[in-house]
Amino acid sequence: MKIGVVVFPGSNCDHDALHVAAAVAGQQAVPLWHESAELQGCQAVIIPGGFSYGDYLRTGAIARFSPIMGAVQHFAASGGPVLGICNGFQILCETGLLPGALMRNAGLRFVCRPAYLRVESTSTPFTAACRTGQVLSIPVAHGEGNYVATPEALQEIERHGQVVFRYCNATGEVTAAANPNGSRHNIAGVCSEGRNVVGLMPHPERASELVLGSADGLQIFASLLAHCRVAVTL
Amino acid sequence: MTTSTAITPDVLARHGLTADEYRRICELLGREPNWTELGVFSVMWSEHCSYKSSRIHLKQLPTGGPQVLQGPGENAGIIDIGDGWACAFKIESHNHPSFVEPFQGAATGVGGILRDIFTMGARPVAIMDSLRFGPLRPDLDPSGQTSPQTAARNHAILEGVVGGVAHYGNCFGVPNLGGETAFDPCYSANPLLNAFALGIARQDALFFGKAEGVGNPVIYVGAKTGRDGIHGATMASEAFSEASEAKRPNVQVGDPFLEKLLLEACLEAMQTGAIAGIQDMGAAGLTSSGCEMGARAGTGIDLDLDRVPQRDQGMTAYEMLLSESQERMLLVAHQGREDEVYAVFRKWGLDAVQVGVVIAEPRFRVRHHGELMADIPNPALTDEAPRYDRPRRAPQRTLPLDPTPAWRDRKRDAAADLLALLGSPNLCSKAWVYEQYDTMVRTNTLAGPGGDAGVIRLKDTGRALAMALDGNGRYCRLDPRRGAQLAVAEAARKVACTGARPLAATNCLNFGNPEKPEVMWELAEAIAGIGEACRALDTPITGGNVSLYNETLGRGIQPTPVLGVVGLLERGRAPLAARFAAPGRAILVLSGSPASGTREFGSSEYVALLLGTLWGTPPALDLEREHGLHQVLEQAHAHAGLDSAHQVSSGGLAVALAECCLAQTVEQPEKAPLGLEVNLPDARDWELVLFAEDASRVVVSCDPARVAEVTEAAQAAGLKAVQVGETRTHGFVIRHRGQAVVQLELEALAAAWRGGWA
Repeated sequence: MKIGVVVFPGSNCDHDALHVAAAVAGQQAVPLWHESAELQGCQAVIIPGGFSYGDYLRTGAIARFSPIMGAVQHFAASGGPVLGICNGFQILCETGLLPGALMRNAGLRFVCRPAYLRVESTSTPFTAACRTGQVLSIPVAHGEGNYVATPEALQEIERHGQVVFRYCNATGEVTAAANPNGSRHNIAGVCSEGRNVVGLMPHPERASELVLGSADGLQIFASLLAHCRVAVTL
Repeated sequence: MTTSTAITPDVLARHGLTADEYRRICELLGREPNWTELGVFSVMWSEHCSYKSSRIHLKQLPTGGPQVLQGPGENAGIIDIGDGWACAFKIESHNHPSFVEPFQGAATGVGGILRDIFTMGARPVAIMDSLRFGPLRPDLDPSGQTSPQTAARNHAILEGVVGGVAHYGNCFGVPNLGGETAFDPCYSANPLLNAFALGIARQDALFFGKAEGVGNPVIYVGAKTGRDGIHGATMASEAFSEASEAKRPNVQVGDPFLEKLLLEACLEAMQTGAIAGIQDMGAAGLTSSGCEMGARAGTGIDLDLDRVPQRDQGMTAYEMLLSESQERMLLVAHQGREDEVYAVFRKWGLDAVQVGVVIAEPRFRVRHHGELMADIPNPALTDEAPRYDRPRRAPQRTLPLDPTPAWRDRKRDAAADLLALLGSPNLCSKAWVYEQYDTMVRTNTLAGPGGDAGVIRLKDTGRALAMALDGNGRYCRLDPRRGAQLAVAEAARKVACTGARPLAATNCLNFGNPEKPEVMWELAEAIAGIGEACRALDTPITGGNVSLYNETLGRGIQPTPVLGVVGLLERGRAPLAARFAAPGRAILVLSGSPASGTREFGSSEYVALLLGTLWGTPPALDLEREHGLHQVLEQAHAHAGLDSAHQVSSGGLAVALAECCLAQTVEQPEKAPLGLEVNLPDARDWELVLFAEDASRVVVSCDPARVAEVTEAAQAAGLKAVQVGETRTHGFVIRHRGQAVVQLELEALAAAWRGGWA
């Protein structure tokens, strides 16, 4: 399949996402320049991590106005799978494709370390190959990953099963100690109401090869391939 | 040309120039300089840019070898890493700015070294940092000289510097692989920030800072020029007083986002083939890039300042030439191909403007508002800059060579001493620092911070690069020559502990005021020591920087040369970790240099922390055996199946053993610490056995069945190899000649080590 990775000025995990999609998952992977409104026939879009537009104004606030995001919105509205990682998650929230927002980490510092995620929903294109309750080891690296929403919105998100990942400990317990940034309900990732748009703060592309410490992130890519009926064993 | 302001002795002093230097300027020009030219000379002849005090000594350093593609003199050194790939790397200080404005000072230190790497055509793939601060609490300074106010300020500097390094590297998108963080009262008003960066490029696609091709356009790219950082290089070349707060405007402000765009645009523009030469505008900005690019190519540059993108109004030629605004580059394009360059920079939303032309006369010519503002022969600013053989004098030794008998009187408890060392700011876990750094971006990190060396894989060749930094001011204070040798040896040993072969080195020489003969002696001795060690270990110096005048209110730092060593891990070999891999494995200590006696023990962390004093000499170092140790590690990793390797340094063998149990358990809490049970047959007193810092020592672990193989390999290289015990699931037990001296639960060890800064 063909996977597009959006490149904004300041994206810095674009090469990593392209590497996993191409060299690890064996798919065709193309960069999608922010000034273009063309998705080049991609069957899935990844919005990578980084500091689009230098995080000026507010993370993701400027990126949402770029031409490529118009195309991504159309693609999402038609059910196309879209994955936002880290800054990509922030951009999707700013765009309104995902509910909630991401604030400064509760500790007020950037935090980079391995984290455990519990898969809360397998009914998304990016978790279809996982088990509910499965624990994945995938690192975080962000300064603004503190997921917030109004109490009403949180209730809605929970009720519709839109929480896709929660921070947990090694045995899958959702604890305060396992929460690296103060996110409400330990939320690490959510999906849209249509379930085809998923955003998460942790970096699955950094945990897709065992030599890097974990290959659990590959589950996200394996799910996408399964969703798009690509017969590959990862 | 106009001469607007009279050049008085006071004006010269403010420009950091002596009367003799001024006379020399007049001779070289054949006339008096005008105001603008005086500014140009003052920055180019500053210690920071000219290396005038260190240059004659730096010449002794080994800089060549089959692995070296580019030695010192360019923006970064370059080595061959196989299959047509090259690695560019360098370390540089940003000490003075980090004291005046810690966050921006540190951030722009990282920004500057990154530009040095990508100006060579190499994409930065790793950074490291070596940090030194004053004590964080008054009680952590045994000399009692650290007031609560000073401690609070040290803390603020630490927070600012770490935040600045994190801010710049994280946004730019380069993984930080660690380095060192150390504390000593001498760094209270003289913090050190040494930033190391490493990049990779194809050997046939390297770029150099040369203004080649008369008639070629000179193009300015990147951020606009403002009034920030004017005279930054001069500031970095003088000692500080109480008035140094007023220097804050001399510190540049960094924008890592802009630098990221500049990186992508430069690498893309280089691929067009339209670029003939390129250099970043670092210290001394337009001036240094302009005259150095001309000097390297034997050409000149004629600059028109009216075309320079500016963000302030009404800037004078003097201000524009001396501005150190960040994220700017000067490049020379092939005539007729400018549009290809402009198109790339336009794509990335950056300014790219022709500001001059390459001329045949080897001169640095500057015009502003149609007037010739400067016209200086390039050599006068570069090769002909002053070089001093400053007076040197060995300082009168005030520290005792041998311990006073009193040191024996203290209450001795090996377990409590070990816990105190593990929980000390110098030796505790530095997770608080490195968790603020993105250590994994670019998905190459095989070993991040917290181990002996950082390791990144090379996706294109299947090999890996290991890198480590080391310095030790206390050793160098006692003996700068041996201290510097030990820094080279330790940095190389850390690299060797991953199973890599150390290839080359870079150095950052942090010293006090070179006009003091004692400081100059220390500098010369340290350089001599680095030269000897680098020759013996076959790690030539490919570049680096010298930071002098690290002095505030007359109080200087300990001589602190910091070494960075880069090594190559062959295809198919995973890096060895410091941490033990499994219980029930054999633990061996390999050693090469002579064992310490009480005299060498006086330089240890144990004596500094627990006795609050200092005596004697640094540990002895046998460079030949040290080299043998590195070769044994590489071979044993490749053929004898080592599980782990960790070098013994600050805190001695007991601390190293504890680190083998604890390493990397902070960020990976699922990795419970492993325990051990060892018996040390060493006949010395247990203080020395546990805590002396004998050089050339490594703790390795392996399958018990492979012990003989490892031992034989070590002995063949003239090393001692002693099997001291085994790894365990629980408990930490050290016996000395059969007698238990340390018996601790792992939880107690871990709590001390993790809580060092709490």
